[in-house]
Amino acid sequence: MSTSEPNTGVADERPAEHPSGIGAFLGSHLREYGMLFALIAIMAFFQIATDGTLLKPVNITNLFLQNSYIIIMALGMLLVIVAGHIDLSVGSVVGFVGALAAVMMVNWDWAVWITIPACLLVGAAIGAAQGYWVAYWRIPSFIVTLAGMLVFRGASLWLLEGQSVGPFERSFQSLSTGFIPDLLPFVKTFLGMERLNGFAVVVGVLLAAALVLSGLRTRRQSARYGMDIEPMAFFALRNVLVAGAIVFIAWKLATFRGLPNVLITMGVLIVLYAFMTENTTLGRRIYAVGGNLKASKLSGIKAERLTFLTFVNMGMLAALAGLIFAARLNTATPKAGNAFELDVIAAVFIGGASMSGGVGRIVGAVVGAFIMGVMNNGMSILGIGIDYQQVIKGLVLLAAVIFDVYNKNK
Amino acid sequence: MAALLEMQAITKTFPGVRALDEVSFTVEEGEVHALVGENGAGKSTLMKVLSGVYPHGSYEGQILYDGAEARFRDIADSEAAGIVIIHQELALVPLLSIAENLFLGNEQARGGVVNWPATYRRTEELLAKVGLSDPPTRLVGKIGVGKQQLVEIAKALAKDVRLLILDEPTAALQEQDSAKLLDLILELKAQGVTSIIISHKLNEVRKVADRVTVLRDGATVGTMPNADLTEDRIIRDMVGRDMAHRYPQRTPKIGETLMEVKDWTVWHPEQADRKVIDGVDLTVRAGEIVGIAGLMGAGRTELAMSIFGRSYGTNISGEVRMKGRPVDTSTVPRVIQAGLAYVTEDRKELGLILEEPIVRNITLANLAGVSNGGVLSSGEEQQVAERYRSAMNIRTPNVHQKVVNLSGGNQQKVVLSKWLFAEPEVLILDEPTRGIDVGAKFEIYGIMNDLAAQGRGVVMISSEMPELLGMCDRIYVMNQGRIVGELAASEASQEAIMGRILADE
Repeated sequence: MSTSEPNTGVADERPAEHPSGIGAFLGSHLREYGMLFALIAIMAFFQIATDGTLLKPVNITNLFLQNSYIIIMALGMLLVIVAGHIDLSVGSVVGFVGALAAVMMVNWDWAVWITIPACLLVGAAIGAAQGYWVAYWRIPSFIVTLAGMLVFRGASLWLLEGQSVGPFERSFQSLSTGFIPDLLPFVKTFLGMERLNGFAVVVGVLLAAALVLSGLRTRRQSARYGMDIEPMAFFALRNVLVAGAIVFIAWKLATFRGLPNVLITMGVLIVLYAFMTENTTLGRRIYAVGGNLKASKLSGIKAERLTFLTFVNMGMLAALAGLIFAARLNTATPKAGNAFELDVIAAVFIGGASMSGGVGRIVGAVVGAFIMGVMNNGMSILGIGIDYQQVIKGLVLLAAVIFDVYNKNK
Repeated sequence: MAALLEMQAITKTFPGVRALDEVSFTVEEGEVHALVGENGAGKSTLMKVLSGVYPHGSYEGQILYDGAEARFRDIADSEAAGIVIIHQELALVPLLSIAENLFLGNEQARGGVVNWPATYRRTEELLAKVGLSDPPTRLVGKIGVGKQQLVEIAKALAKDVRLLILDEPTAALQEQDSAKLLDLILELKAQGVTSIIISHKLNEVRKVADRVTVLRDGATVGTMPNADLTEDRIIRDMVGRDMAHRYPQRTPKIGETLMEVKDWTVWHPEQADRKVIDGVDLTVRAGEIVGIAGLMGAGRTELAMSIFGRSYGTNISGEVRMKGRPVDTSTVPRVIQAGLAYVTEDRKELGLILEEPIVRNITLANLAGVSNGGVLSSGEEQQVAERYRSAMNIRTPNVHQKVVNLSGGNQQKVVLSKWLFAEPEVLILDEPTRGIDVGAKFEIYGIMNDLAAQGRGVVMISSEMPELLGMCDRIYVMNQGRIVGELAASEASQEAIMGRILADE
């Protein structure tokens, strides 16, 4: 059902087109579907090229472990970019916080449960220190965070005295490499399988169902208020694909070791940030500030405070990523997090955010990060050299942005 | 006189809209020809066809220029033929000098090396022609808008212009600068330059044009010698209906004092020794429309913005009271809370988030009104937007259109909706009808009257004196940061206002 908008019959100076039918809808929402199809196409390609290695349970698990910290940082980076700024320092912050955690636990014998919150607070403080200059002194974020990038890279070298520090306790490692135990063993018995994490299967099925239900609810609401809604065929196809993928992945994970802890952390954060950006006044205000700073200030929005907070938030998420990364390597090295900022920023732009601010979605950034992640992983399995990998990733980023600009100008 | 330009049966269609429908338009050699019409009537589209922005082949019809058929592929083509268009938004680079701007893309150079002595000599010649005495090396960003407009014209002269097209040349100018510009157009005419002037200001059209062509809904209504016309006749042709009353009638019901400003003084944000607003007192009562008249630079916008959460200026002193209670004016949220709204004169830069939909713009100043504990309700938001869409008659297929796609009048209604939803007691409207067409102006006036009738106080800042005289119950006259006169509607006239300003100079 396509409820084409009621036409008032009055033409404005720039006539708005009135899409009707599937083709027109696809035309006006090409970006969103393009992203999803690009991810599917890339996965299909590597699945075939790697003879099915890509979607093996162990590799899917690895994909999540390898990309979790990029995705977590992409959530914060999306807010920073939507607010009209950039943060180049996150890679160095990852290294610094990892180093700090290692020093706290290994050299100072601090307990894990003190180290983790302490490190998150340090991350927030780093974000605050940078955000202060950006927000209240209006120093371009590019410069402030470029400085931060150098400062925290240097600081992690200094902290570690050029050495690697590790290993860590098991409880800290489980931040990244731990798995949720099978809390529902009866599922396994019920399905008559020996090696299966029933909890993972149930969570996957529930999540898929929740997604479809909430999609239906939003769709009903949109129809009620006469918004531009997608044709049923598309809605169904998209939901079958996404829900199917979730159940499929959950099943695969279940046949290996279950749900990685980090997947849960990441999933909760994605849902939280998606809700925050789309359904809260806080999120709305961040978009407004990025869309037109002066107009938002004159509308009573405290733009400086919001900018400051996006950086604090970014610092904290970078610290979390730093902890997860250190836990995964089981050691802190001075080079940890090197060039992560580029992957994170690329993910956000591939996901459709605009350099000038005000535009971009959490879901887009996550899909963008997965596109980068699957390519990294797939190319590594194929044994493609790091040289070609960089070239290909660079071209994909450029292509995604060109696609955006082309769509906008059309 | 022969025809320099004949546009014959020009038809231009966009998907779903016929923007121009067999428009014919003839300009004689050496005349000043005014092109008037409401926003969306097709004036700009016609000029874009003429200047090659829409290349030959993308429209139907024929253009005869200087006796031969012209087939311009782009702007460079039409400029080579001596057709230069000066857009409403000036195309100057503020950080380059006047001389560099004059010859931008047309440098006085040999083999890519700029000949600076020749550049400066020619710049001086051209500046003299347009009556500017600024040094060629001065940065364009350092001169006022009025002078920038003259620089644009000098730039056109540098290209050996034969047909000069000016799109709303005086929209951003104060009266003195406008008068100077209009004189210049007449002077250029004496030198043989033909001009097409697009304007909403009919008094200016009456002053300079030899002939007037009226467009309506993409078609020519007619071309007539200026001498045979009156403003009312032009307006009737433009809107297609009789507008005996340009300002809607209302009977003021004035109540208690809502807002009082006492001894308000503001200093310039960068030049610490410059007082921009000097000891201003004013009052606004319920149900009253109060005008603030003055020349550009008199400090009207600065006064409004400094009151509105200190959005302008430093070292601000004075007192603002709402219904007798002192107001903390230190931040925008606090003055909004106190019941004040400021509708900016620059809606694109300061009023709207152009890339966001209408609904999000309307609720921006009062998100608390559509949310619960910080969580937005899209349903409530939608209802609010729909309510204002019908109350304000915002013409749009739906409220999810980006505001960038709306016409000026409809954008202004979105800004007004935003502020009405914040439920202010006093609204300061800064140039509320700038750059919008006659029909939309009438609607805006109607909205202002409704606001007053609801018992709110309305402050109207305007550079168009007839509009102030037609709308206001009381008019303050500002000059050089001070209030130099206060006139009741009964004693106000253009002469009285100008008299107050001149007595102060």
